[in-house]
Amino acid sequence: MEQATEAPLKKTPLNARHRASGARMVSFGGWDMPVEYSGGIVHEHMAVRTRAGLFDVSHMGEIEIAGKDALAAVQRISSNDASRLQVGQAQYSGLLSPRGTFVDDLLVYRLAPAHFLLVVNAGNIAKDYAWIVEQIKPVGDAVAVDASSRYALLAIQGPAAQEVLQPLTGVPLDAIKYYWFAHGEVASVRATISRTGYTGEDGFEVFIPPQSADRVWQAILESGRAAGVIPCGLGARDTLRLEAAMRLHGNDIDETTTALEADLGWIVGWKKDDFVGAPALRAQRASGVKRKLVGFEMMDRGIARHGYDAYVNGAKAGTVTSGTQTPFLKKAIGMAYLPVEHIAADTEFDVDIRERRIRARVVPMPFYKRQK
Amino acid sequence: MAAYPSGFKYTKDHEWIDIAGDRGKIGITDYAQQQLGDVVYVELPEVGAKLKQGQSFGTIESVKAVSELYSPVSGEVAEINTSLKDKPETVNSDPHGNWMIVIKLTNPGETRALLDASQYQDLIK
Repeated sequence: MEQATEAPLKKTPLNARHRASGARMVSFGGWDMPVEYSGGIVHEHMAVRTRAGLFDVSHMGEIEIAGKDALAAVQRISSNDASRLQVGQAQYSGLLSPRGTFVDDLLVYRLAPAHFLLVVNAGNIAKDYAWIVEQIKPVGDAVAVDASSRYALLAIQGPAAQEVLQPLTGVPLDAIKYYWFAHGEVASVRATISRTGYTGEDGFEVFIPPQSADRVWQAILESGRAAGVIPCGLGARDTLRLEAAMRLHGNDIDETTTALEADLGWIVGWKKDDFVGAPALRAQRASGVKRKLVGFEMMDRGIARHGYDAYVNGAKAGTVTSGTQTPFLKKAIGMAYLPVEHIAADTEFDVDIRERRIRARVVPMPFYKRQK
Repeated sequence: MAAYPSGFKYTKDHEWIDIAGDRGKIGITDYAQQQLGDVVYVELPEVGAKLKQGQSFGTIESVKAVSELYSPVSGEVAEINTSLKDKPETVNSDPHGNWMIVIKLTNPGETRALLDASQYQDLIK
């Protein structure tokens, strides 16, 4: 049963544009968002893999941390090592609990030596902000601000992304390396352009003032018309990120799974000073993780979905966290937590799909890797 | 958008049945396929399976979700559309042409409770 008292859904500045464009809208993390446009998820997925697609990801949250001790504050709450970021550079990281589990995952941008921008998941903004404020209190001169309402965020993703975006900006996009960003204008609108994304393709995420979102959205679509750029919804965003084996908070990682179990040891700054979750992760690393997130593909017909049980030798051994039939690879793939004795590539196990055991096999991640 | 054939009967769960004699072809409606999005998998029963009205006879999966298929009438499965195994996407392109099962009706009186095309179109307005 749905709660009768649910708060009204939040809307991005492009909500009316999506509705006018024939998008099918769904509730996601408290937001009214397009899941797909009239062409459907498969069409949008293939557009991103072969040309480019434009996503409204303005629902994502932006939290800024500034002040003399901003770096120390970020270092305390973010698992990755922010001291390695130069101004103009970004990194993927975790916002961890004292148990080393995920309050959220995020991107950390270094805007200035003592000014950081954290991009967090839409459904977690209020929780993350409260958590961050509490955790950085002892740090000294650093203040966190929930700046989410000051940003709209568009993602142009796909092999044609650069050629579509370049005519709209004076920023030389060629010079922006992967996980770096630059400030400038897009379609005469003040913008921060970062070479990041959640699709496994080359592409850019463009931060702009909300009041100009529609103008920039339309300009990018217009610029990309000849290249076949189309608007894409959250459905394709999910199938694309899964092919690229990018974790989704709430599905693959959450407050019950640690960074090591999620096989994200690379976003843990082992060499930096203490941070929230570090003692737990160090202990877990010393004693050895018991389970790990692995990629799998179905060997027999059937699609594993989030929450389905995994069985090894007839006994329940783990849980599927994501799964779909992928449009580009045309296979049923997924991610699951399995005991570490059963995570080697080609290990076979079963997924319970509506009370039938369907065979699956562990495969290396990512499932899809773009040609460079 | 596909038209809703006036000769079909419809359920509130968005299946259609096209009855000829004591047999009926069963599929899902254009509205249902639009709601589902890209269909990637259709799981159908064995020939000979006995179904009650409203009972699940299989599942249909789109990229984003799984849905049950419900039989509009009671009966026995006489045929299944095996072409959907390799071409599930034809449910999207021609929902009213691509039947899923043929059922041999055991209680034809049940069809009186089903919707006709105009009633169904009112339902999905």
